[in-house]
Amino acid sequence: MASIEAAGILTTADGRPLKEALAIAQRRAKWRAFWLVAPLLAFILITFVSPILQVLHQSVYNPRFSDNMPGISVWFGSHPVGTVPDEAAYVILVDDLKAAAEAKTVAIAGERVNFARPGSRSLFTKAGRDAKSLMPPLKDSLVALDPAWGDPELWGVMRQVSQAYTIDFFLNALDMRRDKDGHIVAAPVEEQVYVTLFVRTFAMSALITALCLILGYPVAHLLAVLPVRTSNLLMILVLLPFWTSLLVRTTSWIVLLQGQGVVNSILVALGILADNGRLEMINNRMGTTIAMTHILLPFMILPLYSVMRPIPQTYVRAARSLGATSWTAFRRVYFPQTIPGIGAGTLLVFILSVGYYITPALVGGSSGTLISNMIAFHVNKSNNWSLAAALATILLVAILALYWLYDKIVGIDKLKLG
Amino acid sequence: MALPIYASPLERVWYYTFRGICAAIFLFLIAPILVVIPLSFNADSFFTFSKGMLELDPVAYSLKWYDLILTFPDVPTGLPRDAAWWSIVWHHAAWVLAAKNSVIIGFFATIIATVLGTLAALGLSRPDMPYRKAITAILISPMIVPVIIITLGLFFFYSDIEVNKWGVPYLGVILAHATLGIPFVIITVTATLSGFDHSLTRASASLGASPSTTFFKVIMPLITPGMVSGALFAFVTSFDEVVVVLFVGRNDEQTIPRQMWNGIREQISPAILSVATILVVISIGLLASVEILRRRSERLRGMSPQ
Repeated sequence: MASIEAAGILTTADGRPLKEALAIAQRRAKWRAFWLVAPLLAFILITFVSPILQVLHQSVYNPRFSDNMPGISVWFGSHPVGTVPDEAAYVILVDDLKAAAEAKTVAIAGERVNFARPGSRSLFTKAGRDAKSLMPPLKDSLVALDPAWGDPELWGVMRQVSQAYTIDFFLNALDMRRDKDGHIVAAPVEEQVYVTLFVRTFAMSALITALCLILGYPVAHLLAVLPVRTSNLLMILVLLPFWTSLLVRTTSWIVLLQGQGVVNSILVALGILADNGRLEMINNRMGTTIAMTHILLPFMILPLYSVMRPIPQTYVRAARSLGATSWTAFRRVYFPQTIPGIGAGTLLVFILSVGYYITPALVGGSSGTLISNMIAFHVNKSNNWSLAAALATILLVAILALYWLYDKIVGIDKLKLG
Repeated sequence: MALPIYASPLERVWYYTFRGICAAIFLFLIAPILVVIPLSFNADSFFTFSKGMLELDPVAYSLKWYDLILTFPDVPTGLPRDAAWWSIVWHHAAWVLAAKNSVIIGFFATIIATVLGTLAALGLSRPDMPYRKAITAILISPMIVPVIIITLGLFFFYSDIEVNKWGVPYLGVILAHATLGIPFVIITVTATLSGFDHSLTRASASLGASPSTTFFKVIMPLITPGMVSGALFAFVTSFDEVVVVLFVGRNDEQTIPRQMWNGIREQISPAILSVATILVVISIGLLASVEILRRRSERLRGMSPQ
């Protein structure tokens, strides 16, 4: 109960100023709400945000050389670019090689050099094996072991990789590199793969999104105008793929599309194709496009449907009664009202398809793989984790920009399932 | 929408063409899922309908690929199928072991995701929640960020903290799967809470209920459908996940999707189609339960029965 004191300040029944009491109560309510969210927020920070930060860090940080060849890394730090390595530098280098060979880490350092200068890994392992038996003057005997050790290009590369923090992996990811003087130049044409792959990823995602829109729009419209009972039944046909395992759907497409598969066999049986003219629909771009369109189609239909359902059918009828043709009524009255759904659906499908991994890996062959597959390749096969992290960072930035756009246009709280 | 009486002949043609197009798209959606079912009963090891199958010849159909699920890779086939044989299957058949792993991982990931996600959704739906938009964006983002990037991060993170040496089996994979399932729980529970009438909690409090009584007696029954369907989503997410398991799971942590992945990459045998058929049947069951839950939730919240 508030009562008015002589001073004219509203107070609560126990005599505190009302304003203050309200502020305390609101603060308490805020904290109560926050504490409910806090456990999950902490969980997500540990299991999701911190790993992502680690990806960002790894993309600019690679200590494999500087940790395992510390002496020569220090030497590079204290001598400016262009210094011709003298006997003292070779003594430090051979000491590092000896220590690294003893600690069995010489291959790790060599691999780091190898990323920038192919063929260096074996150079390092060989020098590590023989470092003990080298006689002074060490420069001459190391060059005698392999003339590459006298190559200024190798020394230039070692100088670059001796820095643990580097933007070189981003340069690699954008098809650029450094020459021996440290200038940034474009990579040789035959080694330019990543920009092409990014372009392919975005182009294929755009194509898949467009196909989903073309296929999804009529279906969503039909579901929205049918009586609820019928449309709920038909909705099962949209939701069942949504609930079915991704690997099952991908397997089905392999079964359908492969050379001896169902689609080809039907076409041959119908006489449309010759038996030796079976279509190659899998392990290429076409396979990825078809399978991913099928997998992502429900993500287009559901947002479209949720926007189309509430549109009153009387609007189109009113337009018709005022003399519009059915095409004009659609174009001027119905279509503009569905644009929010189109925005939501296309953004969602595009975001999901840009990062797809499993389906392209299984049905994409070599021409239908996407940037995710390249990231996986660098983790699993080439062991170049920092390059994988740099590629992932670029992809992540693109996706977060789209996510931000989605939030602006649609609002993440509008995201619905089923 | 029936065809209006004033429709011109062209519109009539378009009306039926449109229906035809939609039917074709529905076929595109559903046929790939159904096609594996008959093929899994193929007596030959081909991935297409044999002549005998098309003629409905019983000889062309067999259950041998389902049998292979139980016996792959080294369960003896000639023995009588008694309790001892089933015990061998239970402990040695690769697919059975994978199914056990999948269920264990999915179960714990779902528990974590559902409990934490429901609490957070309750907090987020309160009007006093500070920074609601930013926090929601962070909590939903595991669904938006590509799995390969999350996996790459976890790959670095887990090798730093050496989670595999902590002695808790499946821990790394369970935590990752819980993270991936959380957005679904938040979305479904928040949706249930969106129609929630807050005067109910005030009424309960004014009648003398403590906050915990109010939660268990008033809020819980109303949000249970959302919670359960969120949990189902989280379970399916985990049950279907392969990338994290491939990259951070130990070699003995084989799950059904990983086993399928290996099978497709190496030699695709019709046994995979049998597994796929079983999974399709499971997903039909899941879809039905989510649908029932959704209707129940709408009825509970007094929304128009659809």
